[in-house]
Amino acid sequence: MFKEFAKGLSITFKHLLPGHSTTVQYPHVKLTPSDRFRGLHRLVPTQDREKCVACYLCPTVCPAKCITVESAENEKGEKYPRVYQIDLLRCIFCGYCVEACPVEAIEMTGEYELANYRRSDFDFTKQRLLR
Amino acid sequence: MTPEFVSLSNNWPLYLTTMIVKILVVFVVVILIVAYATWLERKVIGHMQTRLGPMETGWHGLLQPIADGLKLFFKEDIIPEKAAKFTFLLAPMMLLVPAFITFAVVPFGPDKVIGGYLVPMQITDLNVGVLYVLAMAGLGAYGIVLAGWSSNSKYSLMGGIRSTAQMISYELAAGLSIVAVFMLAETLSLRQIVALQMEPLWGTISFLPNWYVFSQPLAFGLFILTSLAEINRTPFDLPEAESELVSGFCTEYSSMKYALFFMAEYANMVVIAAIAATLFLGGWSGPFFGPINLLLKILAFMFFAIWLRATMPRVRYDQLMTMGWKVLIPLALANVIVTGVVVLLMQ
Repeated sequence: MFKEFAKGLSITFKHLLPGHSTTVQYPHVKLTPSDRFRGLHRLVPTQDREKCVACYLCPTVCPAKCITVESAENEKGEKYPRVYQIDLLRCIFCGYCVEACPVEAIEMTGEYELANYRRSDFDFTKQRLLR
Repeated sequence: MTPEFVSLSNNWPLYLTTMIVKILVVFVVVILIVAYATWLERKVIGHMQTRLGPMETGWHGLLQPIADGLKLFFKEDIIPEKAAKFTFLLAPMMLLVPAFITFAVVPFGPDKVIGGYLVPMQITDLNVGVLYVLAMAGLGAYGIVLAGWSSNSKYSLMGGIRSTAQMISYELAAGLSIVAVFMLAETLSLRQIVALQMEPLWGTISFLPNWYVFSQPLAFGLFILTSLAEINRTPFDLPEAESELVSGFCTEYSSMKYALFFMAEYANMVVIAAIAATLFLGGWSGPFFGPINLLLKILAFMFFAIWLRATMPRVRYDQLMTMGWKVLIPLALANVIVTGVVVLLMQ
């Protein structure tokens, strides 16, 4: 019995010694998420416009129905999303939109500090997603 | 000529001032230890669980006890409608006051000569000091059972009843383990028990002090174990077993009254540490200046209690009672008998 007590006590004491803490002091120290981390979405731009061709595959596949797309045609006769909006309060960060996209126009970044004060601040419009 | 002890009859102004100063100093020091024991506990347990504990309030969270105190002070004070108001108010004080007044008999340093009189570094030297300590430990049970009963809540009542049963059973074993010490010392005065422990070990080995932990290791172990149970510390914190009893006897308490329970828990720890140090570890005697030795011994005990809390799971209620009545009390009784026989044979 005493051997087991001593063993348990020695284990906890070992953890007390410096260098055993795994805590990250979050607001002061931030970890970089891995490349596969599913954070805030980003619409990939090209030289003059966004890559997106408004094919509606992402709002179709989205299980949370958080993506709004309205297509239009520009002066060169190309389709482009006149409106592209993600309601982040509905989004579940599943990444299906990225998988579904045939032209790799949407991807997910490592940004995870998404807290905000107003509901309207969570509507990410095309301008806010094009970065 | 050796100077005589200061008393009310030979120099009352000196007696009163030294007494007030001693009481204030002891009170403030105990309050400070209690406050920073919460910080120490959170830090030590945090690190033992590979966390950091409080880090944001001040350097490594050093201002955390002050922040906690302020927060609790400004919380809404709720008294349940069906509670028995008078006892509900009385209970936290009933628990905290015995813890603090136990310090009256703990000696914390060598006598000092002030103005031609000896001033003992102890608030009062009762000739029944050990009995006084046991009595005050027994009074604490009232606070808990009153808190449990007057809250008029089933969880509080269960916590209170469990706690009383636990305190009464373990008080027996704690008392019996102390008996062995004053069988050796042949006095109940804590001052003289400390003085006896400053002599060489068993009158022969000169490099070791005659601490009673060397003559009574079993009694020391029993005392530590039973007193941890008596003050409801983990692994014996059944009265506040949060997984079954919400928060035990203090479920219905809030604000400063809850803080008093919290303080009482740590004050009891400090008391037990001081008593264990005085009875078994030579009290204030040691390599440094008197009070520092005592403080170090108290801190070592507190660290041990926190360490135990981080290591051991809570015992089951029936295991607790079995251990108390079938293991610890027989062991303590056997220890008393063996000590008695040995003391008789040595004479």
